[in-house]
This record gives sequence, C-alpha cells and structure tokens, in this order.
Amino acid sequence: MPEAGQAAQTLVQVNDLAKSFDVSPPWLNRVLERKPRLLLHAVDGVSFEIARGQTLALVGESGCGKSTVARLLVGLYQPSRGNVKFDGQDAHAAFAGSDAARLRRRIQMIFQDPYASLNPRWKVRDIVAEPLVEHQLLGEDKLEDRVAQLLGNVGLAAPDMEKFPHQFSGGQRKRISIARALASRPEFLVCDEPTSALDVSVQAQVLNIMKDLQRQRGLTYLFISHNLAVVRHVSDAVGVMYLGRLVELADKQSLFSQPRHPYTRMLLDAIPKMHNTGQARTPVQGEVPNPLNPPLGCAFHPRCPHANARCQAERPVMKSLGGIRVACHAVEEGRIG
Amino acid sequence: MNLLDVEQLVVEFPTRRGNLRALDGISFSIAPGEVLGVVGESGAGKSLTGAAIIGLLEPPGRVASGRITLQGERIDQLSHDEMRRIRGKRIGAIFQDPLTSLNPLYTVGRQLVETIQAHLPMNPEQARQRAVALLEETGIPAAAQRIDHYPHQFSGGMRQRVVIALALAAEPQLIVADEPTTALDVSIQAQIISLLKRICREHGAAVMLITHDMGVIAETCDRVAVMYAGRIVEIGPVHEVINHPAHPYTAGLMASIPDMSVDREQLNQIDGAMPRLNAIPSGCAFHPRCTRAVARCRESRPELMDAGATRAACWVTVEAAAASSDAGSTHA
Repeated sequence: MPEAGQAAQTLVQVNDLAKSFDVSPPWLNRVLERKPRLLLHAVDGVSFEIARGQTLALVGESGCGKSTVARLLVGLYQPSRGNVKFDGQDAHAAFAGSDAARLRRRIQMIFQDPYASLNPRWKVRDIVAEPLVEHQLLGEDKLEDRVAQLLGNVGLAAPDMEKFPHQFSGGQRKRISIARALASRPEFLVCDEPTSALDVSVQAQVLNIMKDLQRQRGLTYLFISHNLAVVRHVSDAVGVMYLGRLVELADKQSLFSQPRHPYTRMLLDAIPKMHNTGQARTPVQGEVPNPLNPPLGCAFHPRCPHANARCQAERPVMKSLGGIRVACHAVEEGRIG
Repeated sequence: MNLLDVEQLVVEFPTRRGNLRALDGISFSIAPGEVLGVVGESGAGKSLTGAAIIGLLEPPGRVASGRITLQGERIDQLSHDEMRRIRGKRIGAIFQDPLTSLNPLYTVGRQLVETIQAHLPMNPEQARQRAVALLEETGIPAAAQRIDHYPHQFSGGMRQRVVIALALAAEPQLIVADEPTTALDVSIQAQIISLLKRICREHGAAVMLITHDMGVIAETCDRVAVMYAGRIVEIGPVHEVINHPAHPYTAGLMASIPDMSVDREQLNQIDGAMPRLNAIPSGCAFHPRCTRAVARCRESRPELMDAGATRAACWVTVEAAAASSDAGSTHA
C-alpha cells in the first residue's frame, strides 16, 4: 500500500464515498399510511487509494456494497457524498463534463456474467471493436488488425472474430470481455467478480491472463470478489467491507497473516481448508443484518465475540495502526491482538 | 450391504442428430451413513447422476442402461408413482436454490406437515409437533413462531435450513444434496455444511454431496468421486484424492485452485475446456488436455483401476503404479 510520501504514484483516490438508494414506499402510501421515507445506505463513507500498477481487492459478503463501489468508480452511479479522484482529477465532475469520453477511455470495467455482458447478436469483431469505434481511436481499415491483436493477447485466435458469443464457452467469453475492456488501452480496470461464474480450471486461465496483462501494461486493478483465496492470489492490498463500510484495509501479507478486525478473522476462518480433511470448524453464528435497519454502533457487533457496550453505542472509525487501517474498538483498545 | 449401488449407469438424451450420452458407465456405491462427495466442473454430469438416482431426470433424458439399487431393491425402472413413494421417504433431496424448493404460497409449516403426513402415519397435531422439532434441530430461532411464516420471510441461509428440515422430515436413509451451499455467502456456507454433517450423522443418513467446491468436499466427505465428461475418473478416500491424486485431471484440478496456504505467482492451468457431449474424444476423454497422454490413451478407454490408495481411470498412472509395485516386489 502506498505511503503518504508516494502520493505521486496514486492513480485512484476515493474520499468518504457514499451512495444511498431511495427505497421509500410510493408517495400515496407515504401520505395515506404515514409510512416514512426509507434510504438504503449501500456505501457509507468509504476511503481508499490505489497506486498505479497495483491491485486493490474489495471483499465481503452479498449486500456489503462492493459492487456499488465498482459502479461508482466507473461512473455508472453518482455518489451521494464524497468523491473519486482519478489521476488527480475529480472523476464525477469529469464524467459530467465535456471531457467525459477521454476519462471513460481510461477506465474500463469487466462484468461478472460472461453471458449477459456480451450482445448475442453481434460478432466478436464488433464487440471488441466497439470501444475503438466509439472513441474514434482507429480508422476503419486498421480495426481488423487491432481486434486480431487484442484477441491474441487473451489467448484467442484471429478467426474467432467472425463468430458469435454463443459459440464460445464461459471462459472464452470472459476473455472476449477482457479483450473489449483492453481495446481502448485503459489504465484502470474495475473487475466485478470476474471469475465467480467460472469453473476452477478456467478461473485459473483467466486469472493468469489478467496477471500477465497487468505485468506487461502496468494496469491498475480494482478487483471485487467474495473469494478470499482468489483475492490472495491476485491482489497487493485488500479492503474488507461489511454493510457499506470498510472495516479493514491492509496490504495482502498483513491481512492474511495477521488479520485484525474480527470480521476479517471470521471470513478467513470460514474458508474450507483443502488439506485439513475432515477437520471440523466452529462456524460463526448469525447473518448479515438488514441494511435498511443496520445495528447501532459497530454494524458487526451482534455477531462479534469481542463486542462490549461501547461497540453497541459508538460507531468505530478507521484508525491507522502500523500501516494497516482498522475500524474496531476492540483492536484500538488492545482488547484483541 | 451397501445402501446404494450404481452399476454401469448410462443416461442418454435422444436428439434429432442421434443419442447424446451424458453419463457413460458410472459405477459407485454408498455405505450406510457415509458421506460421498461428487466433484467436477460444469457439464461433467454430477447433477445428472444425482437426478438419475432420485428419479428426476428431465425428459427426454432417460436411463439407457445400467442399474441403480437401494438396499438391494432396483429403483431405476420404477413407475412415476412408485418412485414418488421412495423420494422423500427413503431418499431426501436438497437443491442449490432454496427458493425454488419451497412453495412461496404456503407457510413452511404447511409444507413440512404435508411432507411428514405423506410419508409417516401421523395426525396433523403430531405432524406439526414434529415439524417444530425439525426446525429447532436445524437451528431456526423461535421455531414455534417461525413455522407459520412464508418462505420469503426467511433469509437465504434460514431457507436452506428449512429445506434440510424438509429433506429429513421422513427420516430418509440417503440425502442427495446438489450444490447445497453454492448460493450462500461463505460464513453462512460454513454454518450449513456443519449443520448438514451433524444432522445426517445424528439421523444416520448417508449423503451424496454434489459440489464443484473442493474445499467443501475436503471438509465434509469420507470418499470423493471426481467426474469428467460423463465418467468417474477417480474415486477414493477424500484425503488420498486431495493429497495424492492419481489421475492427471484430478491433479490439474487441485493445482488450479488458489490455495490459502501456498503463494504462487502463476496458477496451474489445464488448457482447453471440457469437451461437448457431441464431440467426446476417443479413448480417454481427457487425453487432448492431458500433458502425460501416450498413444494408448487416444485408442482405448481406461476403466477405473486400482492406483495406490484410490481407483483411477488412467493408463499412465495405473501402469506407473504397477511398475513401481513390481520393482518393489523384485527388490523384496
């Protein structure tokens, strides 16, 4: 993770980012039945930065807001609060302004579902060339060579460009998505669960391609996943999210060898261990609370074995602790190591 | 005696362009109380094996040959109604998505009571008591009140607990669980797996656990069968298969899983993809992707053979194992 002195290398800086969705009942019900307005705080004050050429992974269970962060970063959502600085420039101001196209070219996204994210009526040639045409990066005559080259980069063959998406397997479609994302030569790729729909042997192929491309082109990744083993393999730094907030942000080594936040420890304990066959674990009790009505204080306190009265009343803020950042009263007070 | 025996099971889908063979000569058995894992990638035929056993193959799929016997009684040729009496009573089923296994229009109590009364001689009052007891056993808080709630009022993890209670309602001897935790978050997944394991042990039910997650298999099963392109390529005790895989596919699969305890720059990858059903390669179906394939692998198809502690369908490893044991015996 970058230290403060290396701020020049920071490519993406996220400050107190928040997004709420209005899930109120319809106006008539509110008036007649006196139902209140309801706001769902999907992301509630998240801050992190990603250095150029590095991978930050965001992990957490369903509903923790990690995909909302991804969509905020690529400009699919407007933040309710906070901002995103991309290469020093306010991203959402730029997305709204006349310079939007240039920024969109530099930030691309790889989606989770390899079936839903490719237009079934388009040939691969048109899918991969779309960003090139849209951003007017290449003349008509040079498109074909460039598409062939992009397909080659992800391990597909040039003749594949004449085929339709249904003629490919899930893993091959994922490669097409990656080729499309790379077409505009972006610097920053937001990958939302890029391998969760794939079988393990195919997942290995895609992860290897992503790592190779990062090495060759100095790409910066935000990698969203619920699979900690995959995250450990691809990332440099890891942020753990719970109910819309970051609870721990640390470099990979510290997070996996010495997790601080009780939720991080719980997630790590929950992974079945391959080589301890038949070993029973004591699973953590309880479930993620309803995000519409989150617990007071620390959102994790109802499931936390270390919670006390302060955890129930006061929401912990992120505190720096020897290079890592944790939001936990118990860690801060030294009640747990 | 084995609880379940599957012998040379072949499942075919007739199409206009000929029969597609989705399962091709599957043989395995499950002992009473045993947990057998079935693992493989999408399209390997693991769910189809489960569906054939519980008699829920989607038409036009059909059992073309082979036999399935439950405690010595043949169940693959039973009529629809006869199979219905076995399903639920003697074989329980748990599927991936708890929402599709529950009727959204009925309370969970009504569904449990209906299942219990269909299989056990109980009056409504007794059946309801048993339903509450089952929900308590599966760890649903305030079961006596929750029993009158509808499925949508439960969270995903809680719904899967209800489905487990339903599967156990008539004390079946075998539970077929098809990806029971795939739709759940990791922390909930751990809860459900330990619940399933504990409750089946307490009720003495055997489990056939179908999943693509090797970690879940490692933790839960006694034995594991690895499937590839409609066949079992390796079967054996779970720690042997994981730590000393005999088949190159099993070895490749194990090495491609990111492991929390090892740091690797590159994951091992198996190039290519599983073949389509209409283009299964000759000989060993894995040979085009196998780095150790020899001429024999292309020509003749290996059956499951002893390969050390497990049984594997691979010419190369079996010959190597035989050669090393020969060498060992000459030295001795």
